[in-house]
Amino acid sequence: MMQKRLGAKASRRLGNTVIYLILVVMTVVWLFPFFGILLESFRVESPMQQGYLIPKKFGFDNYIKLFNETDFPKWFLNTGFMGVATAFLQTFFILSMSYTLSRLRFRGRKLLMNFMLILGMFPGFLTMILIYKVFHDIGLTMSRAPLGLIIVYSASSAMGYYVSKGFFDTIPKSLDEAARVDGATRWQVFYKVIMPLSKPIIIYTVLMGFMAPWGEFMLSSYLIHENSDGMSVAVGMYEWLSRTNMNTHYTMFCSAGVVVAIPVTTVFLLLQRYYVEGVTGGAVKG
Amino acid sequence: MKQLTDLEYLKLNRNQAFWYKLKLFFFAVPQLFLSFGKSILLFFKKIGLYFKDETKDLIYTFSKGNFAVKLSFFVFGFGSFFYGQIMRGILFLLFEVVFFTYMLLPSGGIYWLSKCNWFQTGKTVGNVHGRYEYDPLYDTEVWVSGDDSVKVLLYGLLSVIFIIAFIYTWRLQIKQCRICMEITESGKKVKSGKDDLKSLLDDQFHKTLLSLPLAGILIFTVLPIIYMVLIAFTSYDANHDGYSNLFSWVGLEHFNQLFNFGKGGVGLAFGEILSWTLMWAFFATFTNYFLGMFVAIMINKKGIKFKKVWRTVLVLTIAIPQFVSLLYVSRLFNSTGIIGKMLIEWGMLPDSLLETKRSLWENPTTAKILLVLVNVWIGIPHMMLMATGILMNIPDDLYESSKIDGANVFKQYTKITLPYMIFVTGPYLLTSFVGNLNNFNVIYLLTNGNPLNTDVGTAGGVSVGHTDLLITWLHRMTLGSSDTQYYMASVVGIMVFLVVAVLSLIIYNVIPSTKNEEDYR
Repeated sequence: MMQKRLGAKASRRLGNTVIYLILVVMTVVWLFPFFGILLESFRVESPMQQGYLIPKKFGFDNYIKLFNETDFPKWFLNTGFMGVATAFLQTFFILSMSYTLSRLRFRGRKLLMNFMLILGMFPGFLTMILIYKVFHDIGLTMSRAPLGLIIVYSASSAMGYYVSKGFFDTIPKSLDEAARVDGATRWQVFYKVIMPLSKPIIIYTVLMGFMAPWGEFMLSSYLIHENSDGMSVAVGMYEWLSRTNMNTHYTMFCSAGVVVAIPVTTVFLLLQRYYVEGVTGGAVKG
Repeated sequence: MKQLTDLEYLKLNRNQAFWYKLKLFFFAVPQLFLSFGKSILLFFKKIGLYFKDETKDLIYTFSKGNFAVKLSFFVFGFGSFFYGQIMRGILFLLFEVVFFTYMLLPSGGIYWLSKCNWFQTGKTVGNVHGRYEYDPLYDTEVWVSGDDSVKVLLYGLLSVIFIIAFIYTWRLQIKQCRICMEITESGKKVKSGKDDLKSLLDDQFHKTLLSLPLAGILIFTVLPIIYMVLIAFTSYDANHDGYSNLFSWVGLEHFNQLFNFGKGGVGLAFGEILSWTLMWAFFATFTNYFLGMFVAIMINKKGIKFKKVWRTVLVLTIAIPQFVSLLYVSRLFNSTGIIGKMLIEWGMLPDSLLETKRSLWENPTTAKILLVLVNVWIGIPHMMLMATGILMNIPDDLYESSKIDGANVFKQYTKITLPYMIFVTGPYLLTSFVGNLNNFNVIYLLTNGNPLNTDVGTAGGVSVGHTDLLITWLHRMTLGSSDTQYYMASVVGIMVFLVVAVLSLIIYNVIPSTKNEEDYR
């Protein structure tokens, strides 16, 4: 009996050790690229890709060059501007759509939802061919692409209402009813009752809107059309790793990566809680 | 196939029950398509009925209505003016005036509509070709621009939409006029313009909230998509860009090309890319799903310390913009990258690559495997976050009582954790599968669709990559090089839609969450 219990304890300890081992290995694998970028960004001796990780000579040369000799600061401002504007507009669109679908009942509501579901099955990129033509004619491409991109990102964003609708669905209906009985109009219910309760989902939507332009390629590369003045960081830095530029810009890419990652990662980690709520909530309700 | 009764089903042993269920599933698939076809037929029938009812109602309204109603058939908003709803009346009348002015102007709606030559195979969109003409002033040939097919088609489409809106508004104002008439006859008062404005913040609040988002969707998604569907029936490409060379209607030619497996067709390339797209979506979804779940279970296990540290490490991959981390990782495996170089030095590559010192990205098979692996690196954190939340919802006593009954960890997993997870995350599986079908970023940043596939020919001028998904292939076809084929891009886009729609339909019917909603409550 004694022996058996000991055996159970030992096997649990063994199991835990295995788990720790796996987790440590995973940590190394997951963090390796980030330390790689950080270390290589400080490398002075060569701008090319080298077969080793730790620089032979440390220095801030890449960062200094980045801000003085390239268009990177411009790209950074472009993307930041797009991020803020998109976050603002997108939140407005998504919240109105999801609130309406979740808490108001009207004719054609189901139809509208099915319609958007089917519309979402078309590849969104398909729309760009016409949009590019029109935007090109009215001058919202190339160096003014950021403006065009803000419109593109926000205009159809309401189709991604699912997560926040899931949130609104969880707020008890009795709140609305109580307010209505007290004589509030639907606008007052929206503005004075539900919105104050919706801080988590507002922050989540803002966060998503802000993050989107930093990593988006498909639409932006199409509208920007290789014009350096209108580039976002993603499109600009992608060029640096092309076959022809890689031998001169590799370490600079790493330092630019660090500069981009710092603000975005900080914002994200600060608001992580809301992201997790959104992800889990949205997944379960679909 | 014979349906067993509950009692008979319970009599089966485990193996038989499994086969029975499997058979049931496969027999249900054709049924599924049948019911889908039926529902489409029903949909059209409903539309037909709707128009029939509307016409009947219109005739009835015209015959029974007073002169105000009758006049509204011709003058928009007359009824509204008559019953004192000045604001509505002005809006309706304005719409009618604008509509007729636009349509009848010399370069207005009718002009554009007639230029489109809708769907007449062989005819061009627009009819004035741009050309070089001798200009005596400059003593040289100068370009005289003609029609721009892109513009002609766009204005044509807009005019069609305008006409539909006109008919809808016509019907709407007649209906409203009739309602006003009925209200007045029963002795009540009709709503004033002030009431209308007020109700926009109350009874009609949904209209206020929806107006801007819906306008955005209509202009920036619906209109371009209809336009692109039209493009699939034209010859719009780099040589027929609509401006220097008009493009024309070609009927179903491009769709035939898609199923032409010989030379000059794109059937082979399309088949290859479609099968890899499906394979990719399958592996990418399920590796992430199960591995992410395992990681979550490991971190959540009782007795494991530093839970927060492990989680934060993983969340970091979500926080850092994907293009930075993915581009860096992809270059790590280059032949000059840290890992790529190591693999070459240690001789840990397939022989064909080792001889020429190339990287894993340059062989189709290894590139595909590496893609799935890197995708695991990107995807596990998302799944881990989600699974953590859900696992915490499983009541602890389930595990404790099963332990008393003698279940080991493995049994607990297959009998408690997995069924619960699959039930709860069914919709997520569906969305992430569809998301992976269209996972542009991962493929574009890691391989850009390369290595190029030369076996299937250069499908009508567009190159084909071994790791191209449908969506990245579509991107290839539109990127302003000389082999740009907008028409093929839109054909492929329509195919993507069909694939996504059919798969969603099947998965939706298979996952348990949609059927037995009460099972786990």
